[in-house]
Amino acid sequence: MKPVVIVGAGPAGIRAAQTLLHHGVIPCMVDESLRGGGQIYRRQPANFRRSARQLYGFEAHKAEAVHRTMDELAPLIDYRPETLVWNAEDGRLDMLSDGRADSLEYSKVIVATGATDRILPVPGWTLPGVYSLGAAQIALKYQGCAIGERVAFCGSGPLLYLVAYQYAKAGANVVAVLDSAPFSAQCRALPALLGQPTTLAKGVYYRAWLAAHGIPVHQGATLTQIDGEQRVSAIRWGESALECDAVAFAHALRSETQLADLLGCEFVWNALNRAWLPQRDAAGRSSIDSVYLAGDGAGIMGADAAQMAGERAALAVLEDLGIAIDQRRSVVLEQQLAGIQRFRHGLETAFPFPEQWARQAPDELILCRCEEVSVGEVRAVVDQGHWELNRVKAHCRVGMGRCQGRMCGLAAAEIVAERSGRGIENVGRLRGQAPIKPLPFGVELEP
Amino acid sequence: MIEAEVIVLGGGIVGASAALMLARKGKRVVLVERDFCGSHSSGVNYGGVRRQGRPLHQLPLSQRAHQLWADLPALIGIDGEYVRSGHLKLARSQADLEALHRYADSVRGFGLGLQLLDYAELRARFAWVGDVAVGASLCPEDGHANPRLVSPAFARAAKQSGAQVFEQAEVTWIEHDGRLFQVHCANGLRLQAPWLLNCAGAWAGTVAAQFGESVPITSAHPAMLVTEPLPVVMNVSTGVEGGGIYARQVARGNCILGGGRGFALGPRQARPGQAAVLEILRNAGELYPFLKGAQAIRTWSGTEGYLPDHEPVIGPSSTTPGLLHGFGFAGAGFQLGPAVGEALAEIVCNGASRQPIEAFSICRFQA
Repeated sequence: MKPVVIVGAGPAGIRAAQTLLHHGVIPCMVDESLRGGGQIYRRQPANFRRSARQLYGFEAHKAEAVHRTMDELAPLIDYRPETLVWNAEDGRLDMLSDGRADSLEYSKVIVATGATDRILPVPGWTLPGVYSLGAAQIALKYQGCAIGERVAFCGSGPLLYLVAYQYAKAGANVVAVLDSAPFSAQCRALPALLGQPTTLAKGVYYRAWLAAHGIPVHQGATLTQIDGEQRVSAIRWGESALECDAVAFAHALRSETQLADLLGCEFVWNALNRAWLPQRDAAGRSSIDSVYLAGDGAGIMGADAAQMAGERAALAVLEDLGIAIDQRRSVVLEQQLAGIQRFRHGLETAFPFPEQWARQAPDELILCRCEEVSVGEVRAVVDQGHWELNRVKAHCRVGMGRCQGRMCGLAAAEIVAERSGRGIENVGRLRGQAPIKPLPFGVELEP
Repeated sequence: MIEAEVIVLGGGIVGASAALMLARKGKRVVLVERDFCGSHSSGVNYGGVRRQGRPLHQLPLSQRAHQLWADLPALIGIDGEYVRSGHLKLARSQADLEALHRYADSVRGFGLGLQLLDYAELRARFAWVGDVAVGASLCPEDGHANPRLVSPAFARAAKQSGAQVFEQAEVTWIEHDGRLFQVHCANGLRLQAPWLLNCAGAWAGTVAAQFGESVPITSAHPAMLVTEPLPVVMNVSTGVEGGGIYARQVARGNCILGGGRGFALGPRQARPGQAAVLEILRNAGELYPFLKGAQAIRTWSGTEGYLPDHEPVIGPSSTTPGLLHGFGFAGAGFQLGPAVGEALAEIVCNGASRQPIEAFSICRFQA
């Protein structure tokens, strides 16, 4: 019998696997990482010995619970770590593991592919020493490394304060936090944020902790330039400059949607995420019968929501397989998810997207680092009358390189929208193309 | 209602070339494209600009195209990354090498300048070719170009020369009253002209059928992939006698490889398919050993029109005066495109094409 497959072993995938197993369905779980846990609860290598409290702070108990669940599940399910799903076609997932290609037929697939940082480039962003916020956090959580001696944290979003706090707590020298969102926006967001008081309290705590430890936090401060010759030497914003040797920056997160795209899911514009997302109902059913969506890969809601959505999607799979489930549990999960969604609106008010970015980006700024395409080159293509993102890509290679637009695609869309005078929702989206990540020549086939 | 002298259906390289040539001759020409000009097979093909290997009766057109390509910047305003690198057709067996010899003999009068290389000569000149090749045929003046840039540039040049170009204009209705064609588009566009050029690629069969000359056209989808930039090794575009993997390397260092077939995702979109992609990744090494350890970063496909004899349909309709066809290039239309556009323009302006095109008449499908 064809298995139920879960792609991604983060909070959503793990909870989905647990739910399926609990109902007697043994899933196959495919994950790129060596050890399950996903990104937010990224696990250190097996021989590292930091405590969960050191690694995950307030989230230690949640992280431990997710890891424990993963460890309990691993021997009971068909768990395939270090396996990349690079394509989906004709009811099968195409996979790559250790230089070998294999394909896996599924009856249902739960896509829990997670998120990466949303990057809005600034001059100097390709210098050594510049990291995304998520990457800076992984360096610390996974390998116990800081990205530099004197680190500046820039951009916006909840992760900004969390990672700055984690670095400072671990003993790194955090020279400044630059939040592009003004304090007034965060005040305006308070009513919506009060819906999740614990999460709000943690955010407030991180900021207060940074202040109490003398770390300068600049609000309404937009990073405009990263200086350096061989590597980062300073950051600039407004009239100010500050020396540092590493920068972590991002403006919130973006969903990893390529697999949903290759699976044929309908995409709809989502104003809250300012992105095209695979369409899903409250249970996580996509527009394709056998495809279910859970977690940040289908819209950013955070780790708590991912666990709920993973469980809810698994219940939907079970229901659609004709297996009895507790309907009350489905209702509770959907209510909780709706609550988090309201909170999410509050976060978007507190950390608004910097709409002026596209207008202010200088022509010479490298937008697509894989193909070395500048903002000016993209604007020149728009000035020739092109406005559809895939056509712009065809004309100047933006988003055509190794990352396939995962790093630059959203920023490119912003430039195209601003220059063409169309709304960001009216310039199309980059079509997903296999492979989701690069494939090697000489790949062998599983017999 | 736009009244014109010529309506061109399809903004691929053939339709856009025709529009360009007609506009340059002072004709009032309107080009209508359902999607975006050069976004289908004209823009997503391999990018080979090759005469070698074509059937003999395509060579007059192909030679004319070769002249047009020579002056590409003057024609379309960009170089389109066109290089006359040479095209190397590899033989994997003595029988294939003999076939290359026979081809070279048969085209001797056309001026292709083919050079046949035996095993030692091939190694001496192209040391990077895998050991599996026993010989090759080199056409030194063939080459390659970037279809993403070249094909849309033909439409842009047509517009700059005075053609009216409408994109995202899907034709919903065509009628001929014996003298004039009326064309309606879904976006409300209304056109009228005494000439109608059917250059709608894989979708051209619908138009032909409407005028009582159905053709057995089918669609096929090439499997293509590109590597990350690599040190520049390949100094020619390559193919293999009898079919197989073809490859070229662009100045930036990326290698572009094709081979095998993909599948249709819908009427307008196609994907290369995992089987074809894996075949290329597994087998490319024997012909192109320097790719060992390289990575493919992107794959793609397109929708190409094929007739059973793998020859295009070019020339006047057999049923309707003023209707001209130019479609069905079987994945080999990129190089020919500008010359086909010119031939169609010559029929409109002078009543006949300078190049022989009788072999491509639509009449060959009539019982």
